[in-house]
Amino acid sequence: MVHRVVITGAGTINALGHSVADTLAAMREGVCGIGPLDFRDTDRLSIQIGGQVRGFEAEGRYNRQQISLYDRFTQFTLAAAREAIEQSGLTFSGDLAARSGVVLGTAGGGVSTWDDNYRAVYEEGKNRVHPFVVPKLMNNAAASHVSMEWNLKGPSFTVSTACASSNHAMAQAFSMVRSGMAPVMVTGGSESMLCFGGVKAWEGLRVMSRDACRPFSANRNGMVQGEGAGVFVFEDYDHARARGADILCEVAGFAMSSDASDIVMPSKNGAARAMAGALQDAGINGEEVGYINAHGTGTAANDKTECAAVADVFGPHADRLMISSTKSMHGHLIGGTGAVELLACIMALRDGVIAPTIGYEEPDPECALDVVPNEAREAKVSVALSNAFAFGGMNAVLALRRV
Amino acid sequence: MSIQDQVIAIIAEQAVLEPEDVTLDSTLEDLGIDSLGLVESIFAIEEAFDISVPFNANAPQESDFDISSVASIITGIERLKAEQA
Repeated sequence: MVHRVVITGAGTINALGHSVADTLAAMREGVCGIGPLDFRDTDRLSIQIGGQVRGFEAEGRYNRQQISLYDRFTQFTLAAAREAIEQSGLTFSGDLAARSGVVLGTAGGGVSTWDDNYRAVYEEGKNRVHPFVVPKLMNNAAASHVSMEWNLKGPSFTVSTACASSNHAMAQAFSMVRSGMAPVMVTGGSESMLCFGGVKAWEGLRVMSRDACRPFSANRNGMVQGEGAGVFVFEDYDHARARGADILCEVAGFAMSSDASDIVMPSKNGAARAMAGALQDAGINGEEVGYINAHGTGTAANDKTECAAVADVFGPHADRLMISSTKSMHGHLIGGTGAVELLACIMALRDGVIAPTIGYEEPDPECALDVVPNEAREAKVSVALSNAFAFGGMNAVLALRRV
Repeated sequence: MSIQDQVIAIIAEQAVLEPEDVTLDSTLEDLGIDSLGLVESIFAIEEAFDISVPFNANAPQESDFDISSVASIITGIERLKAEQA
């Protein structure tokens, strides 16, 4: 039996805000959360901007023992999960706890824990590190702590597919609820690579912008990293209805594809197959799609490939739908990015507000779609897609529907 | 501060107790320190005394370091410091 799947809770922390309400308000206003990076040794970085989370003090949120076990990516996850699960109104016990789980995405896991401890042993010459380094940095740490905090005892794991990690994670969670394996799944993802080693590694690829993220704009010059988390409660529709839950939207379908061609260069065909596959899986006609939250990294390679793929999949309708990249505001959250970007799809479906692509300055004939430049727009949308196309050629697209 | 007082301070902090509540005959279990708390205490002791404690969490009984009570831990550290001197 196929179960309908709905979202009954959402939580986030990112450069635009420490909650969903603050983040959506910022997206509506076209606020730029990208600014100068603030951590040690930034003077040795050639890239000095990012979408950093400000005013997040672990000390006020978690006790000493928790902080010794929670990398920043776990801290972000737990904050977002709390908001999402509280909104859902669910508590997990008995059979519901035994069958519900948590699947989260992250590309790097505890990057700053690796960074701090490599610095201690290599640069500072120390010969021992804190005993919790491994449980703190492991990619599944955040999912594990969510399972412990909320008593989620069903299928739980972490997905890592670079920039598509969150979308792949949410696709897994969706499949589990749709198939009846789990009545509720907590899902999404997080990333915290904004530390010296994390940014230094990205500098090496020479795809980072030194000044701004301007997706689809002819003068774009690269991506800008962000950090944070997005977490959602995916729930069986009948389960949600039976308890009178507030439904944010329906997750209607998804598809995954692999380019099988290049470790960094995107493929139009792989992206198009993922979008077309998501429509097919959801039983949605392309003309019903009103909004696409683009992968839209602001690199030359992604943006033109993505626009060409949209044109291929949607034909003449590509010129009527809206497509925006909120990375222009919160930066690229890497493994957490699809989760934060899903919020823009929820805003489009639920509030009828399309988040803009800010920083848009010059039309690019190779990105000649309605990219909702610079200002949010009101529009009634019944179906939205959320794209994620990762390094390694691994793509995951989710299709969402207004309820 | 004596070795004894320093060890008691480290263990008390780990157990979230006042130092006067940590007696020499207390076991770590009595004080509510679990296996993760134990390895964290040993790390803190190594950092404080600049020693390497031969403790294997896989086989605590076979380690050449007796953790059966606060007193035995202090004795073990005094021995390690003496060997270091």
